[in-house]
Amino acid sequence: MGYDPNNPMEGRITDLGPRSYTEMLPPVIAANKGKWDYHEIIAPGVLLHVSESGAECYTVRVGSPRLVSIAYVRDLCDIADKHCEGYLRFTTRNNVEFMVDSKEKCDALIADLKTQSSKFPIGGTGACVTNIVHTQGWVHCHTPATDASGPVKAVMDDLFEYFGSMTLPAQVRIALACCLNMCGAVHASDIAILGIHRKPPMVDHSRITGVCEIPLAISACPLGAVKPAKAKVGDQEVKTVQVNAERCMFCGNCYTMCPAMPLADPDGDGIAILVGGKVSNAKSAPKFSKLVVPFLPNTPPRWPETVAVIRKIVEVYAKDARKYERIGEWAERIGWEKFFEKCEIPFTDKSIDDYRLAYDTWRTTTQFKFTKATEAYTSK
Amino acid sequence: MAKHATPLLDELEKGPWPSFVTDMKRQAETHPECWDILGQLELSYKDKITHWKHGGIVGVFGYGGGIVGRYSDVPKKFPGVEHFHTVRIAQPSGLYYSTKNLRALMDLWDKYGSGMTNMHGSTGDMIFLGTRTENLEPLFWDLTHDLDQDLGGSGSNLRTPSCCLGESRCEWSCYDTQDVCYHLTMHYQDEIHRPAFPYKFKFKFSGCPNDCVAAIARSDFALLGTWKDDIRINQAAVKEYVAGNYPSNGGAHAGGDWGKFDIKKEVINLCPTGCMWMEGDELKIDNAECNRCMHCINVMPRALKPGKEKGATVCVGAKAPILDGAQFATMVIPFIEVSKENEYENLIDVIEQIWDWWMEVGKNRERVGETMQRVGLPTFLRVMEIDAMPQHVKEPRSNPYVFWKEEEVEGGWERDVQAFRRKHAA
Repeated sequence: MGYDPNNPMEGRITDLGPRSYTEMLPPVIAANKGKWDYHEIIAPGVLLHVSESGAECYTVRVGSPRLVSIAYVRDLCDIADKHCEGYLRFTTRNNVEFMVDSKEKCDALIADLKTQSSKFPIGGTGACVTNIVHTQGWVHCHTPATDASGPVKAVMDDLFEYFGSMTLPAQVRIALACCLNMCGAVHASDIAILGIHRKPPMVDHSRITGVCEIPLAISACPLGAVKPAKAKVGDQEVKTVQVNAERCMFCGNCYTMCPAMPLADPDGDGIAILVGGKVSNAKSAPKFSKLVVPFLPNTPPRWPETVAVIRKIVEVYAKDARKYERIGEWAERIGWEKFFEKCEIPFTDKSIDDYRLAYDTWRTTTQFKFTKATEAYTSK
Repeated sequence: MAKHATPLLDELEKGPWPSFVTDMKRQAETHPECWDILGQLELSYKDKITHWKHGGIVGVFGYGGGIVGRYSDVPKKFPGVEHFHTVRIAQPSGLYYSTKNLRALMDLWDKYGSGMTNMHGSTGDMIFLGTRTENLEPLFWDLTHDLDQDLGGSGSNLRTPSCCLGESRCEWSCYDTQDVCYHLTMHYQDEIHRPAFPYKFKFKFSGCPNDCVAAIARSDFALLGTWKDDIRINQAAVKEYVAGNYPSNGGAHAGGDWGKFDIKKEVINLCPTGCMWMEGDELKIDNAECNRCMHCINVMPRALKPGKEKGATVCVGAKAPILDGAQFATMVIPFIEVSKENEYENLIDVIEQIWDWWMEVGKNRERVGETMQRVGLPTFLRVMEIDAMPQHVKEPRSNPYVFWKEEEVEGGWERDVQAFRRKHAA
């Protein structure tokens, strides 16, 4: 018996929740949970965890595109069945981890993965650029200002050498969100790639009364730029809204609430780059990412402008930062004025906050460094 | 045989990083609708804009979340993606899977869906990407009856809770993140499936202040493992680090040319509170001054460990920028016991104290962090029946605009202006 559309409630089961994690643990993990003594990254992408009991768990981490087919997931299962007693896990950054309980098994697993390296690159540990967390983009989302999987692929291709090595001053966490809703929560990343709109919403007067609650559309705007209005549709006068474009900050919240206010546009949309965020409490407190490049165009299929800016930032950081220094900690030590100069990013007034609490970020001290940006004042 | 030419997407088959385009083409051999995903995506690459319509309310009977409706705006060209709804499947805590379960899930999706997934979505669910409305109920039937599994959350409800892998494979975890996550997920099934909140509410559980699930940046209720006694020191292992026999930071910097390990430069001088020093070849820590940032433990995992009296810090109210700007979660409860023995009753009390208040005063689409901002932290602390302490702020306020209450002021606020005038001519 299966689902019966004529009796939809018959035999229905609900509120089961997920399967218990206890069914999903590899034997070496189940046996040593809560008893781990220490860990070591023995090679890029390969972790060793040692238990108080002396048991060892070798983990091999591989990158994945996150947007994956069932055929790909079955490939993962094949590897796990062959080497890992039928268990595997995923990381919060879309990597896949295979775990075994001895060095020999680990070597065999790595050898097998290396024969399929175009599908399963090993890395993503320690002072590296690990996998990019990202959103759906044009593959599935209705509000994006850019694609997600495409720019991620292009950036990871370019930074690939840093995925499988551990040469950076600290880990570099990159994240992409395809619009300001930030399903990917990129606001605390070392480097954030953020899709942005730059054209105010259009108003589809012919549809608005049918698809939208006008008071909700009006209250959706944080800046009061959406006002009630009337418009002629054919011979009929309809209740609608108008947008004060001067006030619009292109957040797209009105479109989220009202499908009759689309704002995406091929020329208007693109990418902003924010840097210097972190989540961990280690050394310094968690930090938000800061906007350093206000706009780069959408240039599918490989977004070369975005790729170039990110490579430049990573390379300058790799050369200039001290061991253990995250990008944000480095930028704060040298000063943001030096960050812009060293990364050769032109500073514009768009990096100066003029939204709420903006004053907190303005410089209210005589302590700053002279850079090229101040030359007009310092050269005769 | 390709159904649509995809010259732009074909460029994304080049390069060393695994290609989602190559993967999707391979899946198209058995799921021809994947050609229409590729075709529509190619059109977006050409047009530089999305081709998905806004929203669409679909779901399964009795649930208000778990399915996200999606329709193509060019269905005639790409009939395989005319309906392209997302199904969120609640993930096992810590994202471990048996291949038996994972294969069963893939077989289910083979039967009812496009063949594409996200492993995983940002909140933590497994995402099945793209199916038709008429498949939803049969899929849900099989998921619950055959796999004993369930949907995750979407909309204004409790979103699927998520956690770091915790004690399962990490020596730093200060509580069993997987168990708390699983227990509370089961405890709050109704809140996950039936939206009753002003807006979304997220739980995230990190075992230590390194916060590998970004709880402090993303969750309304963030539980971050910590300890209240002293960092455990193994002095013999300290000596091994100093001698260069153990790699710093668990080998995380092995590829760089950083020179010999220098405990003063790399640990003692980078301690944010300056609470460490060497006495001879022994490392000393003034634990009363430690703020438990994890740096020294991260650098010398074989020598240093979190203390033995473990628990967690509760932070409340994180969110991404929409609308008033991003917020990190605010520290509310400095230390709380996290114990299986009471089935996390004390955590449940805290959560429900937040919810009872937020469900009453929160506005439509207002995250709890925004409600906290609107009413102010002192008001929120009173709601939570927590006395204010210096740990609640980075620094005291610098303006004098205190909202004094009448009962705090001697004689109250009722005064007689005539009596005032008798003494003070206008």
